[in-house]
Amino acid sequence: MITPALNNIVSSRSKGFTEIPTHYCPGCTHGVAHRLVAEVLEEMNIIDKTIGVAPVGCAVFAYNYFDTDFVEAPHGRAPAMATGIKRVLPDRIVFTYQGDGDLASIGIGEIVHAAARGENLTVIFINNANYGMTGGQMAPTTLPGMKTTSSPRGRDVETQGFPIRTAEMLSTLGGVGYCVRRSLHDSKNIRLAKKAIRLAFETQARELGFAMVELLSTCPTNWDMTPAESLKFVEEKMVPAFPLGDFKVSEAIKQVKV
Amino acid sequence: MTRELWKGNEAIAEAAVRAGLEAYFGYPITPQTEILEYLSRRMPELGRTFVQAESELGAINMVYGAACAGVRVMSTSSSPGVSLMMEGLSYIAGTEVPAVLVNVMRGGPGLGNIAPAQSDYNQAVHGGGHGDYRNIVLAPASVQEAIDLTALSFDLAETYRTICMVVLDGSIGQMMEPARMPEMRPVQRAHWEWATDGRMGKRERRVLTSIYLDPIQEEKTNLRLLTRWKNVQRNEVRYKEYFLDDAKYVIIGFGTAGRVALSAVRHAREQGIKVGLLRPITVSPFPVEVIEDLVGRVDGFLVTEMNSGQMLDDVQRAVRGRAPVEFYGRVGGVIPMPEEIMREIHRMVSEPLSVESDPRGEWHERMLGMR
Repeated sequence: MITPALNNIVSSRSKGFTEIPTHYCPGCTHGVAHRLVAEVLEEMNIIDKTIGVAPVGCAVFAYNYFDTDFVEAPHGRAPAMATGIKRVLPDRIVFTYQGDGDLASIGIGEIVHAAARGENLTVIFINNANYGMTGGQMAPTTLPGMKTTSSPRGRDVETQGFPIRTAEMLSTLGGVGYCVRRSLHDSKNIRLAKKAIRLAFETQARELGFAMVELLSTCPTNWDMTPAESLKFVEEKMVPAFPLGDFKVSEAIKQVKV
Repeated sequence: MTRELWKGNEAIAEAAVRAGLEAYFGYPITPQTEILEYLSRRMPELGRTFVQAESELGAINMVYGAACAGVRVMSTSSSPGVSLMMEGLSYIAGTEVPAVLVNVMRGGPGLGNIAPAQSDYNQAVHGGGHGDYRNIVLAPASVQEAIDLTALSFDLAETYRTICMVVLDGSIGQMMEPARMPEMRPVQRAHWEWATDGRMGKRERRVLTSIYLDPIQEEKTNLRLLTRWKNVQRNEVRYKEYFLDDAKYVIIGFGTAGRVALSAVRHAREQGIKVGLLRPITVSPFPVEVIEDLVGRVDGFLVTEMNSGQMLDDVQRAVRGRAPVEFYGRVGGVIPMPEEIMREIHRMVSEPLSVESDPRGEWHERMLGMR
């Protein structure tokens, strides 16, 4: 008879999570991104002093899943709301979790100025090239030629413009301490993403300015792909359009080993 | 405290500081910019938070965040800027957190001008942002009242977990008057049982949100807001009355329009005309009961505003056709002169008044005829 080795737990729910199951679609990488954030909060032992700011979009209910205080911002305004919280509670850890419609379209003003002011915030930016919550419309990050419900013949750059490379754009600003892009399409990249998220929170903990991790993510439901096809799409189509890399890393953070 | 000469906008800023303002977020717009400028100097010297936001959208959402953290927070703006804040105000109302907003109103609609106006009455009193909510709205008529009501606004906002707006026009914001400033109150964090200020090893996590996907829960929230509002109506109505005891005619006006009307009322009294003034301090909650008391013992009301009769609707709702109501307003940033109000008083005394009249329509005809 084989006795299950119950005392040999190799994986469990992060303490950064509540016990509420997420509402995300099967195959969506929001769950992965959530898990990485929760693990980092746990590893840094900052769950207790963290306040999250949820966006409008698929992650609107993020406040249900993290075992921290949370507020729910108007569409795109999370960086402004986070500024209000962090300025009056500077010893707390404040992060926003935003999608590409929220951050790069309606909230582009708020994110640029939070970065320019060098607000000590951590921003987790999910780039899945479309508006997920409203059913797959064109986002500022939609690839040229990519079909969405509001660009049914494919994004025509002549009339609908070009994708915004947010991480590169923000990295030009003086207030930014850490600004990188990672991807969630395979386990190696997921590990790199976690390290980046850790450094983005370390940036805040050391008061080194604004920190953002842009995460290339999947949206199987609205892309009309299987989860496996979605991961391949990220690797083959999104990574070339949104190159992975460190666009700005302050000298002090370069010294941090995690 | 002795009286000092204070400019309205700066007086509001200092009054907020002395009431324990812990964080201010604003954006420049005439005719309120002196509040922003004053606090950019004053808040840092006291170790408090000041941020000039990227826009009114940014400012009101910074207010929203700081309000969720449980601190005394304020923004100030003027009409076009307040329009931009309506999204955030609706969220603040839906999340049931206290916040103070001062609107130094100017002429509109659109970019309008920077002259004094009261044309944002409906926006402040009857909504503005989406959804079903009500603001407490205070309307000072002097620099002293602007000081006193600004200080009061924080207590009201916190007591009822609501938005408290202070609405004045550019003339009160810009003019200087002798006024008494209250003593400095120390900043004391209230540590509200609802604030999202971090668990800090002491409690379960808290969430502040305005989303209730289940309509039954959203209905409960709406009913809770209304319950709170009924308490506001019961406890917080404020107004000033002048010569009402024996008045046969009563002028109703708030802020600067009420102040101008008082000059006319005093002049009319010298001529032996029994006219009085009711000046609402809380235009929301509206002082319905005092109007109810006046109906039946006066020969008519004259509503005077620096808009086309926005408060007029609330007066008519209170009077309910039981007494004649007349209207006189100036619009677009024009301040009525006491002589104009006098002319209206004389007209009321000399002409037969009817409860069937259309006060806004008839005023409009008279205005077009004057041009």
